[in-house]
Amino acid sequence: MGGTATTTMNLTLHVWRQKDGNDKGCLEQYDAKDISPDMSFLEMLDVVNEDLIKQGIEPIVFDHDCREGICGMCSQMINGIAHGPDELITACQLHMRKFKDGDSIFIEPWRARAFPVLKDLMVDRGALDRIIQSYGYTSAKTGGVPDGNAIPVGKQNADLAMDAAACIGCGACVASCPNASAMLFVSAKIGHLGMLPQGEVEAARRVRAMVAQMDAEGFGNCTNHYECEANCPKGIKATFISRMNRELIKTIPCPPREAKAGA
Amino acid sequence: MILNGNCPTGPITQKWDKHRQEMKLVNPANKRKFKVLVVGTGLAGGAAAATLGELGYNVEAFCYQDSARRAHSIAAQGGINAAKNYPNDGDSIFRLFYDTVKGGDFRAREADVYRLATVSNNIIDQCVAQGVPFARDYAGYLDNRSFGGAQVSRTFYARGQTGQQLLIGAYQALSRQVKAGSVKLKTRREMLDLVVVDGEAKGITCRNLVTGEIESFWGDAVVLCTGGYVNVFYLSTNAMGCSVTAGWKAAKKGAFFANPCYTQIHPTCIPQSGDHQSKLTLMSESLRNDGRCWAPKKKEDCNKKPGDIAEEDRDYYLERKYPSFGNLAPRDIASRAAKEQCDDGRGVGPGARGVYLDFAASINRLGEDKIRERYGNLFDMYEKITDENAYKVPMRIYPAPHYSMGGLWVDYNCMSNIPGLFVLGEANFSVHGANRLGASALMQGLADGYFVIPYTIANYLARITPGKITTDHPEFKASAEAAKGNLDRLLNVNGKKSVSEFHRELGKIMWENVGMARSDASLKDALKRIPELRDEFWNNVKVTGSGSEVNQQLENAWRVADFLEFSELMTRDALHREESCGGHFRVEHQTEDGEAMRNDADFCYAAAWEFKGVDKAPELHKEPLTFENVELAVRSYK
Ligand SMILES: Cc1cc2nc3c(=O)[nH]c(=O)nc-3n(C[C@H](O)[C@H](O)[C@H](O)COP(=O)(O)OP(=O)(O)OC[C@H]3O[C@@H](n4cnc5c(N)ncnc54)[C@H](O)[C@@H]3O)c2cc1C
Ligand code: FES
Repeated sequence: MGGTATTTMNLTLHVWRQKDGNDKGCLEQYDAKDISPDMSFLEMLDVVNEDLIKQGIEPIVFDHDCREGICGMCSQMINGIAHGPDELITACQLHMRKFKDGDSIFIEPWRARAFPVLKDLMVDRGALDRIIQSYGYTSAKTGGVPDGNAIPVGKQNADLAMDAAACIGCGACVASCPNASAMLFVSAKIGHLGMLPQGEVEAARRVRAMVAQMDAEGFGNCTNHYECEANCPKGIKATFISRMNRELIKTIPCPPREAKAGA
Repeated sequence: MILNGNCPTGPITQKWDKHRQEMKLVNPANKRKFKVLVVGTGLAGGAAAATLGELGYNVEAFCYQDSARRAHSIAAQGGINAAKNYPNDGDSIFRLFYDTVKGGDFRAREADVYRLATVSNNIIDQCVAQGVPFARDYAGYLDNRSFGGAQVSRTFYARGQTGQQLLIGAYQALSRQVKAGSVKLKTRREMLDLVVVDGEAKGITCRNLVTGEIESFWGDAVVLCTGGYVNVFYLSTNAMGCSVTAGWKAAKKGAFFANPCYTQIHPTCIPQSGDHQSKLTLMSESLRNDGRCWAPKKKEDCNKKPGDIAEEDRDYYLERKYPSFGNLAPRDIASRAAKEQCDDGRGVGPGARGVYLDFAASINRLGEDKIRERYGNLFDMYEKITDENAYKVPMRIYPAPHYSMGGLWVDYNCMSNIPGLFVLGEANFSVHGANRLGASALMQGLADGYFVIPYTIANYLARITPGKITTDHPEFKASAEAAKGNLDRLLNVNGKKSVSEFHRELGKIMWENVGMARSDASLKDALKRIPELRDEFWNNVKVTGSGSEVNQQLENAWRVADFLEFSELMTRDALHREESCGGHFRVEHQTEDGEAMRNDADFCYAAAWEFKGVDKAPELHKEPLTFENVELAVRSYK
């Protein structure tokens, strides 16, 4: 039966330490001793941190909260791979049974111009919020909406919309992309809302606003590496990027006229 | 003091309508003059901030995460209730109301619950309009599933990610207001104090978690939506950052804390695997629709592989004890039943703290694909954590702290006893009584945020002058200095034990003494040990780093410091409540077959505690509960 392995392991960590946004930062080496294969990766870091505290060394700062792969807070490049060497999971869901005794592990923050490092492994992902603020919503007001069953939504579309909506906004797609592009993130939102009748109404305005904000934030372009898809913890497909490009192109020949000021 | 919930008079079906007619309004042109601080951006806070911003108020919204989208509501898996009666299976607003009051073991305020059931339907409509991709059938209509404590299918869901989808809906609505300029987001901020001026809530003191600065914010009203406190047990299903800090700081400023002993222990969580464990993972209750709970009948079978235990040697204890609800018995009952099996020496897995949740029968009946479609992500999650394939071997589950029914006391308007301080969502005590039914927390958060606070806050604001008290008032300075003093004190102890060591120890005391079963002796023991631990904390905690930078140890330290005070109140409340009800099970008060025994003659009230000083006994205020629409009866699921 799983979950009962008892042999522990010793590992060598190389962790990015950076005091703040102005510091240059460098990799520091630490030992992780007596690590149980049943620990999660973050629990392993907890153990290392407890050790550092005892030695009077400042523990490694990393973002985390839910520790079950849904809040999107944890964000670590583990051996050069966003969220580490296992598929369809976040760093907090990675378990130490994926490593073996004596391994060296390199741990670094997301690297992207649009994600400045705040401290150690913690970065500022405000750019993703600002993209959503640019038009990642439907303009439904509270109250005054029709019954939930008034507009049927085909199961296929509802399911596809859900596939896209599963994005947790962690930024692994950006961190994995050689161009630090946010196309997968943006296209997932465009896809989620665009596939539902409730969101389709504003699709053209949405795609233009969100793509413009994405560019303004300094994210790179997509050159079809598909690293984003390969490293997305929620398995979001790059086909959403093609879908977004189609929506964007549709808006070019005949952009819907903006409402007149004061109207 | 006898507290008054300020419920409107008249028949229950008309109270909310009547109240809405009677409440004062703020004229549209004046709304922007009022500033409202919303602390927390989970379902309750996100919905409230978005809606208040849309109405034209000037809103500032706070959360400790880096983004408003990451509040702990995101982790809710199973679903959200509403009385739509789409399946035509006999549901109604009254039935949802009835189930919730009964599920709460008759310890909630009827009027609030009825309002919740009434607005539940609007929530679903609202979420659909926001683009929440709820599950649908082939005809394109919304699909439902069942949850514990109900005999109808009224739970709406979005795969196993309902909370995530609802929160993203609220977050997007909030983002729209940020763009419109009506809401300002203050992320990576943690509220460390409530500022009260002349008895009214006028602002908050925060720490900027990036720069370490102590910041003051003024508002004409403060809305706390800061979630639950079960991390007092250390291990729980809550996110690591969930704390009682905001609520406790408000309590120390005079807000009454109601029913802190009502905590929910969720029956289906992945059992603990070792001491390193930092949190416990929930397996949605919806799994009990298709999974059967069992434990070996014979102790000697416990170490066998489950597949080697013959059918007749398995005890399907929920089906045996509660034939009419079976595996869908409410949470408190299902949790205690699991504990009973393990206490009886028939537990399985590490430490023998576990029972089986078996899908074999459903897989035989419906096929593995159907089960995968329904719960695929949960099975995957289980496998990631345990390395076991639950399509082949039964899951192992054990109860874990999950939800806090108790919270700050509020009246029918969701306003605390401090005028201007409103409390929404899990942070308040209002609708779940002594036990919350599944899929009702999401409903409550969104009901409070979208449909209650927009009305009730106006009734308060209309009575005050906007912007009269701002951060130049001396109370703000005093509060900021006190907060800073506290942090300096934590940094200067320079002891030998880490913050997590203290948190673990506190958790152990609470789980063993104030957990699923509580006795006079266990509670008194906790009341002796908590102050000792608190004392040791303040003399021997080690917090590295400084206050003027990102310092996660310092953040944990103040959260644990607050838990070390709050836990004592929780224990006192449990000791005073000489009855068993819902999640509060006092071993002295049980029937012959081990069911909870309520004492309506003496305890049919909400207990609201007034803080009197850290080492002083709090003062108890009672709000009597009356039941005019549901008969106060023994709660039976047999
Ligand atoms: C694993 C899990 C599964 C669940 N599944 C279900 C389900 O299927 N159905 C259901 O109905 N319920 C479910 N629940 C319960 C439900 O998710 C919660 O009760 C509900 O989401 C709480 O919402 P909230 O808005 O009150 O608080 P939260 O979502 O917890 O939000 C709290 C907010 O307050 C902020 N905050 C807290 N303290 C401070 C502070 N001091 N300063 C500044 N900000 C602060 C946080 O940043 C956050 O934004 C589940 C809970 C868990 C743990
Ligand atoms: S901590 Fe929430 S996704 Fe990893």
